[in-house]
Amino acid sequence: MAHSYTPGLTVTEHTTIRRRRMLSLPGTVLVTTGGEVRANQAVARAELPGKVYPLNLANQLGVAPDEIHEYLIKKAGDPVQKDEILAENKPFIKWMKTEVRSPITGIVESVSTVTGQVLLREPPRVLELLGYVDGRITEVIPQQGVVVETDCSLVQGIFGIGGETTGEIVMAVTSPDEALTPRHLTPDMKAKVVVGGSFISSDALARAKEVGVACVVIGGIHDKDLRALLGYDLGVAITGTEQVGFTLILTEGFGSIPMAGKTFALLSAHAGQQASISGATQIRAGVIRPEIIIAKQAGASGDYGIATVPEREGIRIGDQVRIIRDPLFGKIGEVASLPADLQKIPTESDVRVMEVRFADGSKAVIPRTNIELIEGA
Amino acid sequence: MSVPNPAPIKPVISHPLNVIVATDCGSTTTKAILIEKVGDEYRQTYRGEAPTTVEAPFEDVTRGVLNAIAEIEELSGRKILDGDKIITPCRDAKTGVDIYISTSSAGGGLQMMVTGVVQNMTGESAQRAALGAGAIVIDVLASNDGRLPHEKIERIRTMRPDMILMSGGTDGGAVTHVVEMAEYISAAEPRPRFGATYKLPLIYAGNKDAQPQVKKILGEKAALVLTDNIRPVLERENLAPARNKIHDLFLEHVMQQAPGYKKLIEMAGAPIMPTPAAVGVIMETIAKREHLNLIGVDIGGATTDVFSVFEGLFNRTVSANLGMSYSISNVLAEAGLANIMRWVPFTIDEQTLRNRIKNKMVRPTTIPQTLDELQIEHAIAREALRLALIHHKSLATALKGIQQERTISDVFEQQQSGKTLIDMLKLDLIVGSGGILSHAPRRVQSMLMMVDAYEPLGVTRLSVDSIFMMPHLGVLSTIDEKAATDVFVRDCMVYLGTCIAPIGQGKNGERCADYVITFPDGQVDKGQLAFGELRLIPLASDQKASIVIQPAKQVNLGAGVGVSITRDVQGGVVGLMLDGRGRPLQLPTDHTARVAALTKWYQAVDLYPRM
Repeated sequence: MAHSYTPGLTVTEHTTIRRRRMLSLPGTVLVTTGGEVRANQAVARAELPGKVYPLNLANQLGVAPDEIHEYLIKKAGDPVQKDEILAENKPFIKWMKTEVRSPITGIVESVSTVTGQVLLREPPRVLELLGYVDGRITEVIPQQGVVVETDCSLVQGIFGIGGETTGEIVMAVTSPDEALTPRHLTPDMKAKVVVGGSFISSDALARAKEVGVACVVIGGIHDKDLRALLGYDLGVAITGTEQVGFTLILTEGFGSIPMAGKTFALLSAHAGQQASISGATQIRAGVIRPEIIIAKQAGASGDYGIATVPEREGIRIGDQVRIIRDPLFGKIGEVASLPADLQKIPTESDVRVMEVRFADGSKAVIPRTNIELIEGA
Repeated sequence: MSVPNPAPIKPVISHPLNVIVATDCGSTTTKAILIEKVGDEYRQTYRGEAPTTVEAPFEDVTRGVLNAIAEIEELSGRKILDGDKIITPCRDAKTGVDIYISTSSAGGGLQMMVTGVVQNMTGESAQRAALGAGAIVIDVLASNDGRLPHEKIERIRTMRPDMILMSGGTDGGAVTHVVEMAEYISAAEPRPRFGATYKLPLIYAGNKDAQPQVKKILGEKAALVLTDNIRPVLERENLAPARNKIHDLFLEHVMQQAPGYKKLIEMAGAPIMPTPAAVGVIMETIAKREHLNLIGVDIGGATTDVFSVFEGLFNRTVSANLGMSYSISNVLAEAGLANIMRWVPFTIDEQTLRNRIKNKMVRPTTIPQTLDELQIEHAIAREALRLALIHHKSLATALKGIQQERTISDVFEQQQSGKTLIDMLKLDLIVGSGGILSHAPRRVQSMLMMVDAYEPLGVTRLSVDSIFMMPHLGVLSTIDEKAATDVFVRDCMVYLGTCIAPIGQGKNGERCADYVITFPDGQVDKGQLAFGELRLIPLASDQKASIVIQPAKQVNLGAGVGVSITRDVQGGVVGLMLDGRGRPLQLPTDHTARVAALTKWYQAVDLYPRM
């Protein structure tokens, strides 16, 4: 297994991350390499082409498609106002006149003499791309976006819903195994990043929405409560665009699972500081995990050097691991041994295993694929 | 009508191929196999696997490939890698390989959008062309699909496919609708999923008279390729030219953009094939060689591909969101909890089951560690297989919308055009592949999963890909047919046995059929199969037995109600499975009765270790 890679989530106090901020279509970059940016500052802007409205003029005027140029008032490229006449026929009797008016304000994009169709386009919509984290610009990709680098603390979650947001970290519970209940959620948590412990119930989710929190960070949630929150059963883990009132990040998984002590301690140490959050998760091509980034504050102590996301070198004895499958799902321990030979597990499958030692000294044999390295140690 | 897979371009190999390393880069894991010439024949000797590394933080598919090959190195003692390079050709008996080949479905596979004029005519033809080439069809746009023009444009813009296939119109017919669709695509300015700066590949395979207009409208906005019409006349499909173009563009454009694929293409000694296309080659070869009607399935982490060959017609579909890891939660969403629970032989509360499924979704590489977890995964697999076959049946159809010649006897049947080609009574063989089927701890588990999901009728043989190597052999067959055939016959195809399933319903314990089995050694087994009974009779893979079955008077075995049949049946590692549970298969609705029935059936075939 020298070359094997064990998936893991990064939870680290000190790291330097780079986030590629890309427009979804070419536009203008508003910052320069080396410049400092704030999380809520626009770094690039693009104009999203307006919606297209096809209009079959030939049909409406009752003429052949290749004749429509004779009836057009507006040509391709001309601006039009809503209800302005686009084309009209010229009958001998005035009351038989047909006028085709524009359903939108925009421009005439094209005129087709094959289909008799005119395409109208609404004015573009301006899209602003924010910096997302406080940091510096290390690269400008002309017309497309930038790379922002920041020295920070980083917590990756296992799953999230909702998009990017920012807010002050506030601890709602006192221990990682305490569940977040409605009574923990107070009005002063509005627009804040609220950290709970092991579990959030459906009534606490409703309360979080009512208070108007920016984000809830929690160990676990029941799938049925997630379904109720979303209004549908989530089929594939591709998220980030949900609008449930706040961003939700699970650090451990589904069910009631105490938040890893290290994650809870790190977030506690940064209570009161601003964090950049993304709930976007893609467990498919180009895996994306939700994240909590706490940028190093100006003047804060500590030398971050040139630290980057740690290189994953495979698992070693003594590494801290989390078990990610039943029957010991959620338990945290350290690697006690890594037997080389395949071992038969209760399903009768022969698999590679490891021995994990828990805090109470007990040990368990676990398939290697069922553990997750707690990274950034 | 569907046509065979296009023949992939055969590369010129100058040296003899004695040692071959092949990988399949799946969405979850990269599987490597070593094939060596032993005497006169090729054998699969070692196997390694590693997580696929298309994703961050690596974003380089070759890392996973090298990791999987490194595992083979460790197990075989053969030095294959020199740093990040594969040593080719062999330097000596223990160093290097003669060729490296690969298939890939990582990075979400090839995602295509197709367009047609009439949804169930050219729209479906385009869909079949794309599916047959190994693509996932993310949407079918048609002039009559019920969406308003601006909705179509918005859809094209937001979907970000890897490639678009345009069809529509018969040659010499009206051009208006297909030109209209070109205008919509042009207005949407579609952008590819990978690579912000390259032009989206677009294949036009519609009315040839519209080619000049399509070129004018889309020539500048997309990497446009013109090819023969997939529906030159209403009565005939011509899918091969479009499929060939899809393969070419997949390699030339799409794969060049996916993380690490440029390197992978350079490493490989033959073109990288999309995994489903490679498996399709194998399925079609089996059907042709043995003159069989078959259904093949490859159930993966993200998708389930179904292949069928009936009366020589090949069809393939992919159910993009039915799979056992990334898409497991979608199986729950589509099948519903009750349908999954009906296969679980114990009581588990809904909340626990839902949480477990979601936890597998967010940590897709985990495996069941306990027996109940394994049974839950097998229950989900049955539903994924069942749903994917329903999807396949809806697309593997005769051409729709064409006039049919009818005789007087047809008048009373009132059959519509576009009937599914899948006839379970004419089905000879089911071939299963993919992790959950290939790696089931007991082979009988794979057999019963397929029997429960597909409900074969009458007499049907079943087999499974031994350790999941059909994709590898599919691509190998394009460069060395003998090597692929040798390994396929000796190491890949595991015949499970034959399922005999009478059609009909009856009360539990009532007579379903009487049977007489004459074994090769002359021994005779006479017995009665009752309704509600599942029985396993050992018959080795290399053995054939003769069976005479006399069904009860309301029961049919394919020859008619109450009519007896005589067949030679082939054995397998599992044997003969006599399925008296009735067709359609109905499970007791009462929870306790269902658990009791499942427990009885599972014990009858020794499905799981007894607790």
